[in-house]
Amino acid sequence: MDLRPILLAAVLILPGSAPAKDFITVASTTSTEQSGLFKHILPIFEQETGIQVRVVALGTGQALDLGRRGDADVVLVHAKALEEQFVADGFGVQRFEVMHNDFILVGPRSDPAGVRGGADVVAALRKIAAARAPFVSRGDRSGTHFAELELWKTAGIDIAADKGPWYRDTGSGMGPTLNTASGLNAYALTDRGTWISFKNRGELTTLVEGDRRLFNQYGVILVSASAHPHVKTKLGQAFVDWLLSRRGREAIAAFKVDGEQLFFPGADPRSR
Amino acid sequence: MLALDRTSRSAIGLSHVGDRGAGGWTGRLAPSGGTPLNAIAEALLGALGLIATRDAKLIEIATLSVAVSLSAVLLASLLALPLGAAVAVARFPGRHALIVLLNALMGLPPVVVGLVVYLLLSRAGPLGELGLLFTPTAMVIAQTLLILPIIAALARQGVEDAWIEYEEQLRSLGVTGIAAAATLLWDTRYSLVTAVLAGLGRASAEVGAVMIVGGNIDGVTRVMTTAIALETSKGDLTLALSLGIVLILLVLLLNAAAFIVKESAQRRYG
Amino acid sequence: MSSLLPLGLDEVGFRASGRVILDRVSAEVIAGPRTVILGANGAGKSVLMRICHGLLAPTSGAVHWNELAAPEAARRQAMVFQRPVMLRRSALANVEYALKVARVAPTDRRARAVEALENVGVRHLADRPARVLSGGEQQRLALARAWALRPEVLFLDEPTANLDPSATREVEAIIAAIHAAGTKVVMTTHNLGQARRLADEILFLHAGRLTERAPADAFFERPVSAEAAAFIKGELPWT
Repeated sequence: MDLRPILLAAVLILPGSAPAKDFITVASTTSTEQSGLFKHILPIFEQETGIQVRVVALGTGQALDLGRRGDADVVLVHAKALEEQFVADGFGVQRFEVMHNDFILVGPRSDPAGVRGGADVVAALRKIAAARAPFVSRGDRSGTHFAELELWKTAGIDIAADKGPWYRDTGSGMGPTLNTASGLNAYALTDRGTWISFKNRGELTTLVEGDRRLFNQYGVILVSASAHPHVKTKLGQAFVDWLLSRRGREAIAAFKVDGEQLFFPGADPRSR
Repeated sequence: MLALDRTSRSAIGLSHVGDRGAGGWTGRLAPSGGTPLNAIAEALLGALGLIATRDAKLIEIATLSVAVSLSAVLLASLLALPLGAAVAVARFPGRHALIVLLNALMGLPPVVVGLVVYLLLSRAGPLGELGLLFTPTAMVIAQTLLILPIIAALARQGVEDAWIEYEEQLRSLGVTGIAAAATLLWDTRYSLVTAVLAGLGRASAEVGAVMIVGGNIDGVTRVMTTAIALETSKGDLTLALSLGIVLILLVLLLNAAAFIVKESAQRRYG
Repeated sequence: MSSLLPLGLDEVGFRASGRVILDRVSAEVIAGPRTVILGANGAGKSVLMRICHGLLAPTSGAVHWNELAAPEAARRQAMVFQRPVMLRRSALANVEYALKVARVAPTDRRARAVEALENVGVRHLADRPARVLSGGEQQRLALARAWALRPEVLFLDEPTANLDPSATREVEAIIAAIHAAGTKVVMTTHNLGQARRLADEILFLHAGRLTERAPADAFFERPVSAEAAAFIKGELPWT
C-alpha cells in the first residue's frame, strides 16, 4: 500500500493548516453566520487589512463562554445584559453596539391562536399560551432565547412553571428550531436575518412584526488581554474598529437577501 | 447558476427560497420545488451537478474531510494495531476486563470525545498553550481517539483467532511476545484492512467531535459532515442531501480503492 | 558443546479438568534409534510429546535435557505437528522465517532454505503461497522448515494422520532421511503399520501410563503387556 499520499496529507494537516496568515477567532451567533452576513462582510475586511477572520458560530451564551475561556479574540452577540456582565466580570474590554435588526413571530398559516397581523407581540404570546398552541423555543441560552424569555415575563407568564406539552424546548440553534417549528406547524420567535434565508418554511409565515419590544441589538466586544494574555489584541481591535468605521457600516448595510437589508449598523435610536 | 428575481421565483413556486449568493455554492442547479420524492431526485441531480461542475466549495470541504479522516485513520492504526495484537497474544491479570473495555469503547459517542478534547485543548485547559483548538489538527486528534478503540478491538479479535491456530507452531519455533504479535499482524493483514476501513467509516461519518473541536469555521475547519449539519439547520435540505450523497460516494470510492489494492496484493503474494 | 540427549523423563504426570492424562511416565531417551511413541487415541501421546518439547508444563515430575537449561534445549529441537501451520507467505519465505527466528545470518538463510526445500522435494513450489499447497506438500514443507534448523531432536506428532497413502510414504521417506543425516527422531503414531516401518524402538502408552518399552522387533513379536498385545492384534478400542 502506497502510504506516501497519506503521509503527505498528514504532514500538511498536522501543523494546523497554514498558520502563516494573520487571523483572529470571533465567537458569534448562529443568526449572524447563517444569515450570510459574515460571508458578505469578512472578505471585504480581509482584503483591506489582510486579517483572516475565523468565525465560530454558537449561541450567545456559548459564544460568551468561549470568550471567558480565552478561546476567542472577539465576541459578537446579541444579549445586552449578558454582554455587560461579560465586561463587568473583566473578560471584555468594552462593549460597542455594532448593528441591530429585529425579531419576528412566525407561525402556521392556519394560525390557531389568531395572532396574525397584530403589532403587539406580548398580546400575541398571551393568546398562544391561552390557546395552548404549539410553540418552539430555542432553549439554548442564545440572544434569541433570552429575548423570548423576556417577552414571556413582560406578558406576565411564568413560562418555566406554566409551560405544557405545547411548549417545545429544543435546545438548538435558530435553524434547527425553525426546522422543528416547520415540522410541527408551531409558532416560534426568530430573528429576521435567519428567517429570510431559511429555506424549509413549510406552512410557516410571518405573523407579528414591528413591535418595539422585538428590537434586537448586537454588541461586539474585544476579549480582554488582562484576563487572557494570549489574545490577539491588536488584530482584534482592528476588527472592532473596522466594524464601527464607515467602511464597516457600509458593508453591513449593503448586505441584502432578496433585496431586503437584514442588519442596520449602529444602535437604534429608539432602543430602550 | 440561475439568478431569478423575486417575481419569476414566485411564479414558479419558489417564493420562499433565498438568494443563493449567500451560500457560495456556485455549481448548484436551481431547485424546482415539489414533493418529498422529488426532493430526493433533486438531491441526486444536485450532487451530480456539484461534482460535474467541480464546485470549488465542494472540493475544498471534501478535500479537508478526506485529509482529516485519513490522517486520523493512519495515526489510529499505528497505535491501535500493535495494541490489539499485544492484547491478543499477551496473558495478564485483567485481560478480559480490558477486552470488554475495548469493545465497549467502540461505541464511544463522538460528541463526548469532542467535548473531552475541547476541554483539553481550550485555552482554559491543560494543553491550551498549543493553540490547537479550532484547527484541523484538533479534528484529527479527536477522530484518532474516537476510532482507536474500533481498530484495536477488531484487530484484537482477528489476531486472537489467528493466534489460536498459530500458537503451538510459533512457540515451537521460539516466537513469542512482540515477535509473535508482529508476525500475526502481518499474517492477518487482509482482515485487518476491514478493521481499518471500519475506523475510516466511523471517522468520515461523524459530526459531533469535529463540530466541537473544529468549530465548523468556513474555509478552515468545515468538512462534509459539518457542512451537511449547517445546511440542514439553514433549512436547505436539498443541498444537505446532495452533500450527503457526495460524501457517501466519496467513502464508497475509498472503500473500492482499498478493496482493489487488497485483491491485487492477495493475488500476487498470497 | 554437550549433547541435548539423553532426554530424561522423571515421573512426568499431567492432569487437566480433574482427569489424569499422564501417570508417572519415566524413561530415558538416548541418541541414535528412531523412537516411536505408540498407543491408541487418547493414550496421552500428544500431551507427552508437548511436555517433552516444552509446549506444556507437567503438573508433576520433570523433564531433563542432559543438564542443559530449558532455553538452550529449546533452540536445538524442532517439532512437526499433525496439521502443518504455514504463514501467509511463500513456501520459501516460511522456511526463511524460521531461520531468521533462529538467528541464522541473513546471507546463509536463502541457501539453507533452498537446500531444505530440495531435500524434501518441494523446490519447485518455492514461490507459491504456502497456504494454498496441498496437505502433503504443506507437511513436506513443514519438514523442510524443521530440517533447515538442523535440530538435534525432531519431534513429530502424528505427522501423516491427515495424509493419503502416497503423501504418507513421501513423508516417511523424508523422516528416514532426516534421521540418516544425524537428527534424533521422536515420533507419535497410532498407526501400527507406520510404527513397524519406521520404529527402532517403541514406547507404548496406555491410558497415560508407559506400559512397555522395547526395541521394535522384540515389541512386535513378543509384547510383554496384555494391553500391547491387544493393541497389536487390533483389539484395543480406539476411544
